[in-house]
Amino acid sequence: MSQLEELITKTKEQVFTAEFPVIDGEGFAKVEKYAKRLKPWFVAVNATDNTAAHAHASNVASAIAMKMHGIEPIMQVVCRDKNRLAIQADIVGASLHGIENICALTGDDVTAGDETEARRVFDLDGPQLIRLATTISRGEYMSGRKIDPAPHLFVGAVENPSAPPFEYRVQRVAKKVAAGAKFLQLQISYHPDRLEKFCNGVVAAGLDRHVALLPTIVLIKGARPLKFMNDKVPGINVPQDVIDRVEKSTDQAEEAYKQTLELSQHALSLPGVRGLHVTDFRHDDTLERLMTDLGRSPRSLN
Amino acid sequence: MPKLLPLIEHVVKGPMWDCQMCGQCVLHSTGMTCPMTCPKTLRNGPCGGVREDGHCEVKPEMKCVWLKGYERSESWPLPKVWKEEFNHLRPPVDNRLKGDSSWINFFTKRDRWTPKGWANTTSETEKH
Repeated sequence: MSQLEELITKTKEQVFTAEFPVIDGEGFAKVEKYAKRLKPWFVAVNATDNTAAHAHASNVASAIAMKMHGIEPIMQVVCRDKNRLAIQADIVGASLHGIENICALTGDDVTAGDETEARRVFDLDGPQLIRLATTISRGEYMSGRKIDPAPHLFVGAVENPSAPPFEYRVQRVAKKVAAGAKFLQLQISYHPDRLEKFCNGVVAAGLDRHVALLPTIVLIKGARPLKFMNDKVPGINVPQDVIDRVEKSTDQAEEAYKQTLELSQHALSLPGVRGLHVTDFRHDDTLERLMTDLGRSPRSLN
Repeated sequence: MPKLLPLIEHVVKGPMWDCQMCGQCVLHSTGMTCPMTCPKTLRNGPCGGVREDGHCEVKPEMKCVWLKGYERSESWPLPKVWKEEFNHLRPPVDNRLKGDSSWINFFTKRDRWTPKGWANTTSETEKH
């Protein structure tokens, strides 16, 4: 059983996960550097799968490298780039290396990336991918062919609490739970009211008994990345007053930090929320500062 | 007849629903909105990329297919059972059926075939 699974299913403790930076040509040196940085604070860290439709070192290879460097990976799998055969091979192949945590995503479209001429695959969609991973963990490929012994997997997914149709998003959680998701990393929301409504809806539907919500928090240095997310990242809307608050302050980096801390505290106060998923675009000392301000202490490292 | 029916189906459903002839029609359960017109061909609801104005991540000029389907499923006087089916987990597309008449596949139940692993997990989950 992965540490993530144990923490979510066997305890009531808070759960903090993070995003591992993408790996291109930097080799194990980069893996080592970030593993060292993230390990004290996070139970498990995402190995991304061609994030934002840009090619990088693969999800499987990155997850294995992270594991080698003592970080428990959550292997993201997106539907955009591979058909169901290739996806099954990746999940079973990763499991060969002891990777258990899977996070299933539909994935940004190819138009979000830098090779927009590529063919989009989407042979499966997000909920179908969750069900497929669950099927593998039951010891069968999609075809019904046995996998013996069954790979032990801990399957989760993502959801966007702040994208239309807002009222439908909770029903989508129900579908993902029915498909087999045990945790949901939520897309960053700069609309605390929407996140709150979403979490209340999940709890009212009794879904929090089956799935752990982990809202995303993004550490940024100023107003520019907020504008970038608003303009370029599919499904993220940053209200003008949120941008203004940072842009008009005399110390943008400090104001951006304060805003992140407030969003984090608010998210953690919501029902159904088990912890946070942290994406650090600052790469400075604020990661430690945030975790300390949230009352976390470094995990004991054996 | 087997060749004529797909043609008739295409002529009828094409202009009205922008039918993509997937051969396994789920239109009734998706708010009378064809999910195959979603650029990502998602059969189980909207992705996380829906824009603030409700338009598509891929085609900003187009309203999200699933937003449309959801609104229709909520507001159109569709049979209750169809509305309930909106939230069902639809299986992956059977790519062998593309171009077939979904009418024939409906009556022969060919469109309800799912791979064994999928079917086993489904019956396992429904037990709980």
